[in-house]
Amino acid sequence: MLVSLKWLRTYVRCDASAEEIASRLTMAGLEVEALSGRNMGLSRVVVGRILGISPHPGAANLQICEVEGGNRTYRVVCGAPNVAPGQTAPLALEGARLADGTEIRTAEVRGVFSEGVLCSEAELGLGDDAGAIMNLPAGLSPGTPLVEALDLADQILEVSITPNRGDCLSVLGIAREVSALFAAPWTPPEIVLQETGPPVESLASVIIQDPDLCPRYAARVVGNVKIGPSPLWLRQRLQAHGIRAINNIVDVTNLVMLEQGQPLHAFDYDRLEGHRIVVRRARPGESFTTLDGENHTLRGDMLLICDAARGVALAGIMGGLNSEITSETTNVLIESAYFQPIGIRRTAKGLGLVSESSYRFERGVDPEGVIRALDRAAQLMVELGKGELASGRLDVYPTLVRQQPIRLRVSRCVRFLGLALSRTEICRLLRSIHLRVRTIDDDSLEVVAPPFRSDLSREVDLMEEVARLAGFDHIPSTLPSALVMAAKPARTQTFRELAKETLVGLGFSETISFSFISRQATERLGILPNDRRFHSLPIRNPLTEEQAVLRTSLIPSMLETAARNQRQRKLNLRLCELSKVFFPRGSEELPEERFNLCGLLAGTRRPASWNEPAEAVDFFDLKGVVEALMGRIGISGSRWSQTSAVPFLRPEAAAEIHLAGAKLGVLGEVRPEVLEAFEVNGPAFLFDMDFDLLEEKATERKTFRTLPRFPEVNRDLAIVVPEDLPTQRVLDFLAEQRPEHAESVTLFDCYRGSQVGAGRKSLAFRITYRSPERSLTDEEVNEIHARVTGKPGQTVLQNRRGEPNCWRSHPRSSLLGARVLRGSTASDASQPEAIPPQRHRHTATNQGPPLPGTLHDRWSPKEACRLAGRRSRRA
Amino acid sequence: MKQEINTLLESYLAELGRVPDLSALERLRLEVLGRKGKLAQLFKDLRGLSAEERPEAGKVLNEARARLEGAFETARERVTSASRKGPAVDITLPGRVPQLGRLHPITQVSTEITSIFQRLGFEVAEGPEVELDYYNFEALNIPKDHPARDMQDTFYISDSILLRTHTSPIQVRVMEKRKPPVRIIAPGKVYRRDSDITHSPMFHQVEGLMVDKDVSFGDLKGILAVFVHQMFGPKVGLRFRPSFFPFTEPSAEVDIQCVMCGGGGCRVCKETGWLEILGSGMVDPEVFKMVGYDAHEVTGFAFGMGVERIAMLKFGINDLRLFFENDLRFLEQF
Repeated sequence: MLVSLKWLRTYVRCDASAEEIASRLTMAGLEVEALSGRNMGLSRVVVGRILGISPHPGAANLQICEVEGGNRTYRVVCGAPNVAPGQTAPLALEGARLADGTEIRTAEVRGVFSEGVLCSEAELGLGDDAGAIMNLPAGLSPGTPLVEALDLADQILEVSITPNRGDCLSVLGIAREVSALFAAPWTPPEIVLQETGPPVESLASVIIQDPDLCPRYAARVVGNVKIGPSPLWLRQRLQAHGIRAINNIVDVTNLVMLEQGQPLHAFDYDRLEGHRIVVRRARPGESFTTLDGENHTLRGDMLLICDAARGVALAGIMGGLNSEITSETTNVLIESAYFQPIGIRRTAKGLGLVSESSYRFERGVDPEGVIRALDRAAQLMVELGKGELASGRLDVYPTLVRQQPIRLRVSRCVRFLGLALSRTEICRLLRSIHLRVRTIDDDSLEVVAPPFRSDLSREVDLMEEVARLAGFDHIPSTLPSALVMAAKPARTQTFRELAKETLVGLGFSETISFSFISRQATERLGILPNDRRFHSLPIRNPLTEEQAVLRTSLIPSMLETAARNQRQRKLNLRLCELSKVFFPRGSEELPEERFNLCGLLAGTRRPASWNEPAEAVDFFDLKGVVEALMGRIGISGSRWSQTSAVPFLRPEAAAEIHLAGAKLGVLGEVRPEVLEAFEVNGPAFLFDMDFDLLEEKATERKTFRTLPRFPEVNRDLAIVVPEDLPTQRVLDFLAEQRPEHAESVTLFDCYRGSQVGAGRKSLAFRITYRSPERSLTDEEVNEIHARVTGKPGQTVLQNRRGEPNCWRSHPRSSLLGARVLRGSTASDASQPEAIPPQRHRHTATNQGPPLPGTLHDRWSPKEACRLAGRRSRRA
Repeated sequence: MKQEINTLLESYLAELGRVPDLSALERLRLEVLGRKGKLAQLFKDLRGLSAEERPEAGKVLNEARARLEGAFETARERVTSASRKGPAVDITLPGRVPQLGRLHPITQVSTEITSIFQRLGFEVAEGPEVELDYYNFEALNIPKDHPARDMQDTFYISDSILLRTHTSPIQVRVMEKRKPPVRIIAPGKVYRRDSDITHSPMFHQVEGLMVDKDVSFGDLKGILAVFVHQMFGPKVGLRFRPSFFPFTEPSAEVDIQCVMCGGGGCRVCKETGWLEILGSGMVDPEVFKMVGYDAHEVTGFAFGMGVERIAMLKFGINDLRLFFENDLRFLEQF
């Protein structure tokens, strides 16, 4: 709310500076957001008296005026029709700034030098009249700054009023606070009425049919008013508070609202049928036109002010076009009422019509202030409209609105605030804001709040007032005695941090994108209605179509982020997001919220460098990231399978990750058509995991295994299999063999070439053997290894079927049908690292470019141990 | 013989000066100083000399051996040190930097805030982002048709379901489940129907709640002062300003001394010297009533702050929208 400081000072005798008032109000909960000067641009505008006028030689519609402006005379070119010798008018001199921002400069106008401008009200921002220069009172002495002559200087406080402080939505309300804060006298305006007209009862009547929505309705009638513009001081006050001046009667209602906080309405008495006011609920569907010309269809719970025949005002919100004050009006009925805040709010919300009036009624006006405001308006209308006030007032107030006394315990107040205040001090503070305080006993006070403080109804409300008035800064800071131990972080939180930190270590930057996406985004991923993610939760009132539904997948946002970065020439993308996705349940049920983890990889493996060629990322970079991540967060034993069921991934390079029957997520290369839809330059790879499931499946426990004391023994073997046989099958087969003392199996080569034949690949593995109890001898390792491979170099397993389909359905037989190319003795126990893997690369034929898609798979040591352990128990 | 010894000595000394590596040196050593080497042979030859010649020649031979041994040692040192020397490296060439990612600045700040309170004994709690009107408003003493609802523009799913506008519903959910004492800190995403340079339809908050016997407003001030000093530095001043939140009474907004100008007044703090960073207050008895706590038995305080706001102050970020554009040129700065 805007408050004119000049006006404020008429109601509270306080000498403090504007800045000090602003700061004290702020620290008392009435935050002053801005403090600005008014009419600042007018500093170079003075009172001018026109001495003489002569025609402009070059233009028929212009005149040359000699204007007295203090100790000298100015020559001013003027085009206004009303300019006349002897007239006093505002004269803007060089350097003045007009309301529209124009700066006045001495300039030539059609060949005649003009030293200033004679101004209209509109040019000075003092009124609407732009057609003529402003007439000033003749008594003003020329040369006086206009701001001084018309008392225009003012400062405006912009106060942010919290919803509980409706009583401060008025100049008097703020003045009351200032008076309490500075212990300065509060001096509300004196109201003196001259009731010269007939008794009001003989002129009009009021009936409240719905007192639940309108507990009080009062009215007065002012006859024989002269409608005209308001005086400058009134227009200035309205303007300072952001309200446009209309005419003296309407302006008075607005002025009193600003002053008292009580919204009023003025009806044209003669247009009220039957001269009756009936306050009732609207009939459902009833139509009503407000004075802004808008037509509204009303609901049955909206309150309408009616005359004998029809609605004349939307109660507490806006008057009707059919009864508004016009230039023809002679008799006025003033309404001052107390409307139920909730009813006003519902109506205002329902019609999308918020006014200064509804804003105040919503926050609760003073039911006792109704009469004060009514009388004040009547007083001003008589003064300014030369009206004749009917004697007495109509006041329908069926049920008195009463403030209940509140008990305040001093000891509790002191403990609650942590501020040592005496009973006397508390009494003084509460009384300073017009509360009635009575001492019951040493510890108890009985407090009655004034009717304008409907927000004070409980002990705690009073304690707040005490704290606020004493000043929060005077309450000493303490630490609660209970603080001793540090809380253990929640597992979910640490788990999320671990996953994100791991990805960050792997080069990924975390992104956070909006939870809402467009309806089409999931469709652009190719997701179909049979997929759960197709059905997202729509927002009923979205800001834009791009934010219309809650996302069921992080992928659309991720792809958009990738595209945005690529447009900025950021091409090496490693991005990840860990956020919630939402799946609708029943219509009145909260959706299922799940954390998903999505990552995207595109560009080159490493940043461009002077000594390294740039290599494009591929599927295995992504897979490696996911493997590293899962290893770090404690997921073991997951299974990977090729899939063509992920609509946004290329089926040739897409995998599902399973663990114990549950699908943890997918990863792979994004389909080109999806990349196109999101304007991403490919290739791009992404993973998408159900993070809640990961958390559920991850094991936190870390157990120590004794470091091996005995050397490892490595043996290599290779096997030729059909191209489409997943390597996992071979690893599974090797695991099923349960070779004794086997610690791990590592794939170190995948070779395709003439030596193994078309449509085949050779997979080379290294098995590491180790016993926790002793050094293994070459002989026993050879023996164990031979059981896995057959004799070195010998073709032990004949490929008799050779049909890939058949291999798939009978994994065991497929391996029996594979041929062992070579089972070499890789190394001996004393020189575990002597043989570089290079030797196993089938060098005779491996002369082509580096093998694409080299697989690397590994049993986790834990698992291998388990395997070995089980084996040894059996043995 | 003397002549022969000197020739041998000269030729080996010359060769030792050229010897390239340790193995060549060893070969030379065996050749001349070894048990079957040339010197050994010469010592053997001494026996064939006459008694007059022998002492003289023996002396020469011993001297030659000493000189050779010395020369071998020198050569060994030379060869060894040469073998340890690597090729020259231009250390001003750029290093091969492994790619490192960054946590989003919001995550970094949110974690920092949360961990300060964790050290003060607050436990992390969470709640749903799509929330019932009841938890977001009603249980927080914001009934339907209350003007306080205007303070937060809300995204609705249905009449009773909405996107939470603050993290405060977590307070209610936690208190419903647990008896006091309660000390929680609750970070999360929140949503408001507002979008411009200073408002984002989604942003992050951290909510705190402490309920116990005899928790006072002074305690609220104390805890938040600790927080501000850990977050922004021990010298940063703070002030508590009365305000209004339906679920706290009294309510206070907390301002810190402007981190940009140090309180002197600048554009960021709108010349006031102060920056508003969080809202707080004593839990309103109505809220306790809603969750079945006895407001005569316990008191408590709650506070909430915008993570983006704090991140902007901490890092000097001037545009809220940058947080959700995820431009790597932005993310990589933190």
